[in-house]
Amino acid sequence: MTDRLLDLAIRYGFLALLAGLLVYFSVAAPGFFGPLSAAFVLQSVAITGILALGVTCTLVVGGFDLSIGAVATSALMLSAYSMVILEHPAIVAVALCLLMGAGVGFINGILIVKCRVPDLLATLGMMFLLIGLQRIPTQGNSIATGMTLSDGRVAEGTFSPAFLWLGRHRFDLFIDRLLPMPVVVFVVIAVLIWLFLGFTRHGRLMYAIGSNARAAALVGTPVERYRIAAYMISGVTASVGGILLAARLGRGDIASGNNLLLDSVAAALIGFAVLGAARPNAFGTAMGALFVGILLQGMTMMNAPYYTQDFVKGAVLVAALVFTFYLSARRGRAGQ
Amino acid sequence: MEANVLDVNGLQKSFGRNHVLRGIDIALAPGTVTVLMGANGAGKSTLVKVICGHHGSDGGTMRLDGRPFAPADAADAIKRGVVTVHQSIDDGVISDLDVANNLMLDRLVGGGALFVRERRLRAAAAEVAARMGLEIDLRARVSELSVADRQMIAIARAMARAPEVLILDEPTSSLSATEADRLFALIDRLRDQGVAILYISHRMSDIRRIADRIVVMRDGAISGRFDTTPLDYEAAVTAMLGHRMTDVDIAPAAPGAPVLELNGLRLWHHAPAFDLVAHDGEVVAMVGLLGSGKSRLAEILFGLRTPVAGRMRIDGAAYRPDGAGEAKARGVHLSPKDRGSNAVIPAFDIADNMTLPFLGAFGAGPLLSGRAQVASADDMIDRLGIVCQSARDGIDTLSGGNQQKVMIARWLLRDARVLLLDEPFQGVDIGARRDIGRHIRDTAKGRATLVFLAEIDEALEIADRVVVLHEGRMVSEHRAGQIDLSALVSDISGAEVRA
Repeated sequence: MTDRLLDLAIRYGFLALLAGLLVYFSVAAPGFFGPLSAAFVLQSVAITGILALGVTCTLVVGGFDLSIGAVATSALMLSAYSMVILEHPAIVAVALCLLMGAGVGFINGILIVKCRVPDLLATLGMMFLLIGLQRIPTQGNSIATGMTLSDGRVAEGTFSPAFLWLGRHRFDLFIDRLLPMPVVVFVVIAVLIWLFLGFTRHGRLMYAIGSNARAAALVGTPVERYRIAAYMISGVTASVGGILLAARLGRGDIASGNNLLLDSVAAALIGFAVLGAARPNAFGTAMGALFVGILLQGMTMMNAPYYTQDFVKGAVLVAALVFTFYLSARRGRAGQ
Repeated sequence: MEANVLDVNGLQKSFGRNHVLRGIDIALAPGTVTVLMGANGAGKSTLVKVICGHHGSDGGTMRLDGRPFAPADAADAIKRGVVTVHQSIDDGVISDLDVANNLMLDRLVGGGALFVRERRLRAAAAEVAARMGLEIDLRARVSELSVADRQMIAIARAMARAPEVLILDEPTSSLSATEADRLFALIDRLRDQGVAILYISHRMSDIRRIADRIVVMRDGAISGRFDTTPLDYEAAVTAMLGHRMTDVDIAPAAPGAPVLELNGLRLWHHAPAFDLVAHDGEVVAMVGLLGSGKSRLAEILFGLRTPVAGRMRIDGAAYRPDGAGEAKARGVHLSPKDRGSNAVIPAFDIADNMTLPFLGAFGAGPLLSGRAQVASADDMIDRLGIVCQSARDGIDTLSGGNQQKVMIARWLLRDARVLLLDEPFQGVDIGARRDIGRHIRDTAKGRATLVFLAEIDEALEIADRVVVLHEGRMVSEHRAGQIDLSALVSDISGAEVRA
């Protein structure tokens, strides 16, 4: 009986907590329950969530990608540079960013797979490299139309309306102009990654690699190729996040996206606890991002000061990790 | 006869319902090498673990120098003078430190000054090395040394405590014959110093070389003691294997057309070339000790290594795989040894584990069909008698034998042309072993089956033909039904080669 209870707690505890949180804030914070508030929560977690889905793929193959935050901010700066200074159209700017993300992921993969650099160190190095690199072309300045360049010219280019549409357009749902574009992108990517990891043979082989790479290789899995692919997925999703951020801000803000890495990693790790999976999974990651978003939104509406946010996120993460590892280990032992 | 150092009387040990030691009596005398023999699962390792304080006993007494001996843990046993060198060598050394630091590790742990005095440490290490007759550069990093050297270091460090009893658990299992000779020379030295040595092995070549007495274990009890001169090795082997081998009746299959042909194959540069033909419907056991080259041969056949020389053909067509993927495409399936590290995906359930090599066959395009996976897995669960609740059970809820059945079923899901099974009975109870063996023989038609084994009785249970490998050479072939056991044993241990 206690085993069944424990099992139920591990499986549905996190989702029950999420539901409880929703009910509590709906009652306690007037205005929390409603489409506008929901859209706001989703908007606040969309970009973090997209990055978290990418890092989930690297966690699945037993790796880790610390460079996602830097890839996102690099995409932010690159798209601004491309449109404002080089005066490219939106489509070129987006293509450049996606290519950059895939390229960084590929290099990460090569460093880890071929050069045998441990994943944390390789992606940490890449993170530093990108943070530095994105500042060099503009001497450390943010990019905006009308800025003066080093050679005295004035940047004439602008963020094209098509590009800004990516970050600012709102679809009609229930009420006019409700659902922001980044949320739609987040949901689409979440569904794609969920299908890919959970229901294709490629996803299954990636989980196999993460669980026992040697055994996976001995059944003929091209382990190195899958590892590299995981980092490329992570790089591409991070650059998508960066593009959306740039489109929302409308300028190449050098100081944006500082929190992206930690928030998205936290979402992916919180996701371990959802449905008792005890491993990285796309649904859990999306729920993890949502959980943090709802908690922060609710607290804000109940007038909790902004500086408590990181503390709350940390507390949720630690609780989720304990949930995952301690309780699952107990369940494992009970099953033996 | 001198007084015994260690006296064990009526020792009992159970794990759950599993009665592993059923009243063991054993005595160790100073300056004597007592060899403890026994097949896999006889309880040798458990006995060692009780003596060295790793497990508590459930009954019986142990006396050391006449005083009661019940070590609380491994450190306590060592303090009392009972030192054990375990099978897994890398547990015994720290590979990132140099030899001198490894030899002096105990002194570093045992307190003393805060700062390490490099010169004094090296002098002390040199002294230990000299006493043991070690000729190793003390500044070399252990990770750069051979397996034998690491083994020597682990033993030398153990001996630095001047123990009364030294237990060596299958110390040669990772050593080549030449490396093993160096170990034996060291053991001779220790015997002369009056140490009581318990040497666990079931390898005849080791036993002939160093045994003063032999104690044989089978199914958790002592099944024979031998201390006459000369020692009766034949009788010891019989006591180890019991009557199990006569239980099995193999009706040797009439071999069909040749499937796998090896010509002039050489496993190592220093090993001679050999030929081998495996036929349709035939089960061939490749038997040899560790380092005999059988795992290497399996890896070559599966495309994980390239042979030094020679040609391979399957059904007459040239075969030179460059990886597991290509081997699989040609119908060559390998179930590797050490399922824990090489085969089991701990995060997966039974169905996912079983269908892993052929995931592409389950579902349409890249999408997987869970129903198709479970249907196939259920079929195999029935055929091999895998004990589980459902195909969606986690793999880690199964016993070792059932896990192994899943790992083998993995490669039976699709018809193989050449099936390679490397140590398929490792860590498997006798019931599961019979199930697996029967299934392999029943389905042998349509493919050639090669089973790589270290245990003779396992080979006799499954094979139409037994091929003996020793240090990369093919020593002999024996057909089922006309096997001379003692000839087989001496072939495997390489007695003639070394004599």
